[in-house]
Amino acid sequence: MVDMTTSQPARKGDTTLGHIAYVLKDNPVTMLAFAMLALFLGCAFFGPALVPYDPLATNASRALEAPSWDHWFGTDSLGRDVFSRVIVATRLDLTISVAAVALSFVIGSILGSIAGYWGGWLDAVLNRFLDTIMAFPLFVLAMGVVAALGNTVENIIYATAIINIPFYARLVRAEVNIRRNAGFAQAAKLAGNSDLRVLAVHIFPNALPPMMVQVSLNLGWAILNAAGLSFIGLGVRPPTPEWGIMVAEGANFIVSGEWWLAVFPGLWLMLAVFTFNLLGDGLRDIVDPRKRT
Amino acid sequence: MLSIKDLSVAFKTRKGEVNAVRGISLNVGKGETLGIVGESGSGKSVTSYALMRILDAGGEIRTGDVTYDGIDLRAASEKDMRDIRGREISMIFQNPRAALNPIRRVGHQVEDVLIRHAQATRQDAKAKAIAALEAVKINDAAARYEAYPFELSGGMCQRIVIAIALACKPRLLIADEPTTGLDITTQKAVMDLVGELAQERGMGMILITHDLGLASQYCDRIVVMKDGLIVEEGQPDKLFIDPQHPYTRKLVDATPRLGASIRNLLPPEARSPEPAHTVHTRPLLEVRDLVKIYPGKAGPVQAVKGISFDIKSGQSLGLVGESGSGKSTTSEMVVRLQDPTSGNILFDGHDIASTPSGRFMRHAARRDIQMVFQDATDSLNPRGTAASAIAEPLARIDRIRGAKLEARVSELADLVGLPQPLLSRFPHQLSGGQKARVGIARAIALEPKLLILDEPTAALDVSIQALVLNLLVDLRAQMGMSYLFVSHDLNVVRLLCDEVLVMKRGEIVDRGPTATVMDNPSHPYTRALIQAAPQPPEPVAA
Repeated sequence: MVDMTTSQPARKGDTTLGHIAYVLKDNPVTMLAFAMLALFLGCAFFGPALVPYDPLATNASRALEAPSWDHWFGTDSLGRDVFSRVIVATRLDLTISVAAVALSFVIGSILGSIAGYWGGWLDAVLNRFLDTIMAFPLFVLAMGVVAALGNTVENIIYATAIINIPFYARLVRAEVNIRRNAGFAQAAKLAGNSDLRVLAVHIFPNALPPMMVQVSLNLGWAILNAAGLSFIGLGVRPPTPEWGIMVAEGANFIVSGEWWLAVFPGLWLMLAVFTFNLLGDGLRDIVDPRKRT
Repeated sequence: MLSIKDLSVAFKTRKGEVNAVRGISLNVGKGETLGIVGESGSGKSVTSYALMRILDAGGEIRTGDVTYDGIDLRAASEKDMRDIRGREISMIFQNPRAALNPIRRVGHQVEDVLIRHAQATRQDAKAKAIAALEAVKINDAAARYEAYPFELSGGMCQRIVIAIALACKPRLLIADEPTTGLDITTQKAVMDLVGELAQERGMGMILITHDLGLASQYCDRIVVMKDGLIVEEGQPDKLFIDPQHPYTRKLVDATPRLGASIRNLLPPEARSPEPAHTVHTRPLLEVRDLVKIYPGKAGPVQAVKGISFDIKSGQSLGLVGESGSGKSTTSEMVVRLQDPTSGNILFDGHDIASTPSGRFMRHAARRDIQMVFQDATDSLNPRGTAASAIAEPLARIDRIRGAKLEARVSELADLVGLPQPLLSRFPHQLSGGQKARVGIARAIALEPKLLILDEPTAALDVSIQALVLNLLVDLRAQMGMSYLFVSHDLNVVRLLCDEVLVMKRGEIVDRGPTATVMDNPSHPYTRALIQAAPQPPEPVAA
């Protein structure tokens, strides 16, 4: 017996790398987002080696200078180079956001998967727990966590992770729940998989495409959140360069005309959030095998 | 009344342009019922969407004229089209639940169309809506007016959709697969109703369907479409008895019908002799007093009410019933995906119901009881390739790895007639028939003794169904498997099964050798089922 459709051999786009290349080429916005991401990652990895000045070195004779060829983003009240500080701060800000998002992704996925797959009282308890978190104004909750645990980078990460967990848990719960009795899950059971394995290997990966959109949005939020905490004085302490503190410190000088102190770190922060938000669609397309047509 | 001349429709897609309809011409006279028959992708639905001008984004009418009652539908403004849709030409869609707004009362949805086309005012809309519901023979229409779609059965929803379509007394009705997904007795009721209403009102109708048998029963004239072209046109009887085009011949052959053997479904050149399968006297599966009770909101629901049956080694047992009969619940309990509330399932003499389904994957009988699922698309993980789906049971239960696993997978692909290059594809890159083959290959990978087939061909085109059914017959003879074949299609059960059980509301109402049950049905319900199945006219022997 012969099938009606003609068979075609596997094409080039079927490899993972080929697929990524295809997704990037298909959408210029995604291409731009990934290029900007590469730029930020470059700053994070090599920032301290690239910048022209020591971000902590003060120079009282050149304080509060406007942007010039010597100091691209100007200098602050202690004569530190704003450009160097902005670039060096990338590593800290990205670390906080990526670590926080990774943490909430893992914890949220586990909680959501369990709730979505087994349902019942587990589901009810987890949902009420998440509702409780969501009932707080999230930023206030993060402030409370940092204030209670202490002013360290780790605690900022934990606080940011906690306020993001409900988003992941809810999304995963819904995605797992609709596939709990799907044919392929049942077939996997017939093939000798335990419930846990069916959930982890067969059902959960199908939740990844919408999760990737959530991840990219959350990376942006996490940066804003960390910067916000630093801005109000909870979080990274001066003189460590961090975008939020720099904006906070620079805000005092805007009235007297030294705009560059707040504007450049703020602009960088905005660009970073913008990049992560643009990343979403591309990440989703990369993890979705159905885009490989 | 409606005339289509040289219509062609193209869609823009990522892979370039697809010509869905490539220059077709047809006419529908006043009061005439025209059937458009074709398999998926033949362009039959696109034709109707084009003439209603409701093509999906990217679709465009390239050439041709569509004239309805002197109006050029292609040139008509969008505003005029809105007036024509619903009042002059109405449409019934495939999935009645999707066609109704789930959060509005059905009566209001009927009113909407009446008010839109100025057939009713706010004051008398309710009375007219109830009259429209009565016209489609809905009992107690005043009470149903208040119902939401989810409170109604599928057949009832389709009646509502028909009521909406007919509320403004259109002169042409387009029915796009109106009964797919409905039970066979409901299908008959709905089709009879539509036919009656069309005749009563002198309404023209276009019936779009993949079911040649259904079309031949309700249409005055049939056109057969393939790949966007009309390949044949004619009276139903003539088309069946003496098909001119080879494709029509193939469709007619592939339609299960009285008096045809399973090999008759294939094109003549592919008809090898049917292999015999031996039925032993030793029972392989013994089901005793099986009961399944679900906790429901309005008290416990008894889905299966204490049924008992045997499957002998090598035997194929058909399990027939309509939705809600408990046939799927029964098959899921036998395959150990669900736990029975009470009762025993003996497999090879051992009680397998005592091991809970959550732990059954480590039971020795797991490899011997496998299943082919109803929806091949849904039963394949969208993130896994065909090869990974087939390899799964081998890797998990037989623990084979590497080159040996690969060799076995490609051997299985050959066995089910799946071309080797397709193994690296993802499910969405495969056709329906290919996905069905992957599902079958996965199910037979461990060479089970009992294979449960849950409507394995329900979602397939008839020509693909013919191939898959014949594949199942070959595999049965080759591997000596027993089948539990769950289906609502009696014509298919007749072809494949030695014995048949008829289930209704959780009970077995009729049982016996297939020929006896089918040809001399003793139970009234069996008789009703058999009569409801569309019976295509007998073609002359090829």
